[in-house]
Amino acid sequence: MEPPRFDFDVLVLGGGPAGMVSAITASESGLKVGLIDEQAEAGGQIWRAPWAAPSQGYESPEVRDGNQMRAALAQSHVTCLFGRRIWSVTDRYRVDVLGADGVETCHAPHLIVALGAHERVIPFPGWTLPGVMGLAAATIMLKAHGLAPPKDWVLAGVGPLLAAVAAGYARNGHPPKAIIDLSGPSDWFAALPSLASRPVLLKQGLGWVLSIVSSRIPIYFRHAVRRAEGQDRISACVIGPVDTDGKSIDGSEFSIACDAMMVGNGLVPGGEVPRLLGAKQVYQHELGGWIPECDAFGRTSLEHLYAIGDGAGIRGGAVACSGGKLAGLAAAHDAGRLDAKTFAQQSAQALAEHHKLSAFSDAMAHMIRLRPAQVASIAADAVVCRCEDVTRQELVSAARAGARDVNQLKHFTRCGMGPCQGRMCGDVAAEILAQEHHLSRQAVGYWTARPPLRPISLQSMLGHFDYADIPIPKPAPL
Amino acid sequence: MSTMHDLIVIGGGINGATTALFAARGGMDVIVIDRGPLCREASGVNAGTLTMQMTRVALIPYALRAHHMWATAREWLGHDVGVVVCDGLSLAFTEQEAELLTFRAGKRREAGAPIALITGQQALQIEPGLSGKALLAGHCRVDGYANAYLTGLAFRTALIHAGVTLMENNPAWDIRQTSSGFEVVTTQGLVKAKRVVIAGGVWIEDMMRWLGIDLPIKTLVNQLAVTERIPVAMRTVVGIANGLLSLKQYPHGTVVIGGGWQGSGSREGGACALLPERLVGNIRLACHAIPALKEARLARAWTGFEAETRDALPAVGPIPGIDNAYVIGSIHSGYTSGPYLAKLLAGQILGREPDLPLFPIDRLLKPEPLAQG
Repeated sequence: MEPPRFDFDVLVLGGGPAGMVSAITASESGLKVGLIDEQAEAGGQIWRAPWAAPSQGYESPEVRDGNQMRAALAQSHVTCLFGRRIWSVTDRYRVDVLGADGVETCHAPHLIVALGAHERVIPFPGWTLPGVMGLAAATIMLKAHGLAPPKDWVLAGVGPLLAAVAAGYARNGHPPKAIIDLSGPSDWFAALPSLASRPVLLKQGLGWVLSIVSSRIPIYFRHAVRRAEGQDRISACVIGPVDTDGKSIDGSEFSIACDAMMVGNGLVPGGEVPRLLGAKQVYQHELGGWIPECDAFGRTSLEHLYAIGDGAGIRGGAVACSGGKLAGLAAAHDAGRLDAKTFAQQSAQALAEHHKLSAFSDAMAHMIRLRPAQVASIAADAVVCRCEDVTRQELVSAARAGARDVNQLKHFTRCGMGPCQGRMCGDVAAEILAQEHHLSRQAVGYWTARPPLRPISLQSMLGHFDYADIPIPKPAPL
Repeated sequence: MSTMHDLIVIGGGINGATTALFAARGGMDVIVIDRGPLCREASGVNAGTLTMQMTRVALIPYALRAHHMWATAREWLGHDVGVVVCDGLSLAFTEQEAELLTFRAGKRREAGAPIALITGQQALQIEPGLSGKALLAGHCRVDGYANAYLTGLAFRTALIHAGVTLMENNPAWDIRQTSSGFEVVTTQGLVKAKRVVIAGGVWIEDMMRWLGIDLPIKTLVNQLAVTERIPVAMRTVVGIANGLLSLKQYPHGTVVIGGGWQGSGSREGGACALLPERLVGNIRLACHAIPALKEARLARAWTGFEAETRDALPAVGPIPGIDNAYVIGSIHSGYTSGPYLAKLLAGQILGREPDLPLFPIDRLLKPEPLAQG
């Protein structure tokens, strides 16, 4: 039996800010637009819809903006295909999804990819212990479920997400026991002028600081987690000082007793779909790593394939919106639904907005950039690939055995072969390999993208079938 | 780059690497060049099956010897490449397939493969993971699998140890004949050698053309898939009569699903794509054979090239009309049989009498006979 098929003019993958705005914009030109997301509702991570109404009557700006955009989406002509896991994307363009009713295929000549980012954790011994979780996961717990962490929890890592999570949980009455910040006050002050370009966000940021200060949470600036300790789960973390590059330096290490840790070192663009389709890739360190090469409208090297949002370079929610607007207009224009003059007029405004936002997004992206010196400080016995239990030492040995690009490294060690397909470890493993050979990140390359984009059960792929219906090709020669 | 090597091997897959290894051990000064790292194309991404039940009849004597080489790889290669020797089952689910299996197993048995036909019930005793839907099975004790992705690491180490010069990530662009041998034009400069072996997988057609030889090679784009690690679901290699399924579970728990279902793409195009409906077909077949796989999650699917000559038999031997030039490739089920054929070729290059004949390409260079009438 053939899976159900949906046809559109434009398909948008990912219902975060970039995806929502691009879908609405493209549909305004009369195009038939489908928007696919794995979650039950649009919003992505930053605008993630809460499962229940906020208990204390407080509505964060993200929830407010998200609700506004969800309302706009509901009023648009966009067909929302939510609760669907995208597992395959093939040429010009077919998207295979798995939903509650099984597998379905979606087809469209224009494909806008807005699949966001995944988090980067710089490994340390013990980071795979139960009780240690990523910052992005922590924000999902906070935003969607309002879950309370255990009493003694610590927060570690770098960037604005650190402040947002600390303030969010402090507001809910669950402040962290300590904040371990890789950057120092001077890094934050350096970002202030660009922050001032976005008064709303500046106000939000100051609100975070106020929440943190009033909660009297101890902050350890220029420190990083050296290891997490515990038998069956984390019971303490040992932290130590770092220099301005994130390199571990001599100094007093000390232990903080805790039963949970949330840790994150920035974001890595989720560029698997353009990569799978063979779009040209470029390495942009400040934008989070490998991203598809795009023009100002998100057009990739492949015809009618657009990449926007954090998956096309870490720039945050506001730039995702303006990028979504631009890609939506470009798709409408490229599909012949928007004449050149109107396209130029409407995109001029969006382009100006896009540029205005870049000072702020660049500053934030800079704060969460990968620090090679921090990677160089990773302990030899730290597990880098947690799916396949590959340590830094094993990666270094493979490099010395002759692995010079990341795909060879994968073959030598199984690093990145597990269910996460290298999303968690890829950036760090590539950095370790590059450092070992004194090569550039460009030279060691990126892992080949492969379907399924997320693991799916074989049962769900099967559908109903009789043996006789399997279209078995002709036998191989004898 | 003025060194004159005894032998240059173009292509560092299983065929080229094994030829180079035995030639070097025979005393030659050997250089291997590859446009990428060693064994990163077909030799590194295939399903790793070491079976007689998918091997062509004419290749069975070679495959049996190659199987022994794989099983003892630690001795001659230094690494075991994750080889597991186990029973193999080729299943027939319908009367038609049973007929096909009976015929094919019979032919392979005549060629020396120890395949016995057993009932579906007997097959279930050998492999309790089976669905019980099989009517008949071919059972062979000489079966098993390797971890194909470890091939490059194993051969790299062995070649370096044998004193072979490696030039990875160095594409070749042309071969020129000189009075003393050959000059190969590569990205990193000219490489000179008295003898040349063309072992470029699906790309040997282009390489042969550098020498003025027209050897048509068909490119297959085989799809493969692997599950996440799951509890033990099977302990044998399982296929079906027509050869379009291969299944095995690795010691670390993942199950590799293959069988040569075709994806899209070409050797010129580079990027190859999986066709989702064929992946589903392959997986249906797999779950029909081993029902426990339904519970597994698909972790990854990929494609790999396979080269095929006009008669789907190997191209292994001297290149007609050009002294000291050889070709090796298009060995059907090449991962299984490659090491032995390459060892034979190395023997011939070293001037030894081969134990079994090679597969010279003269037969493939004549125009295809026209059909009657």
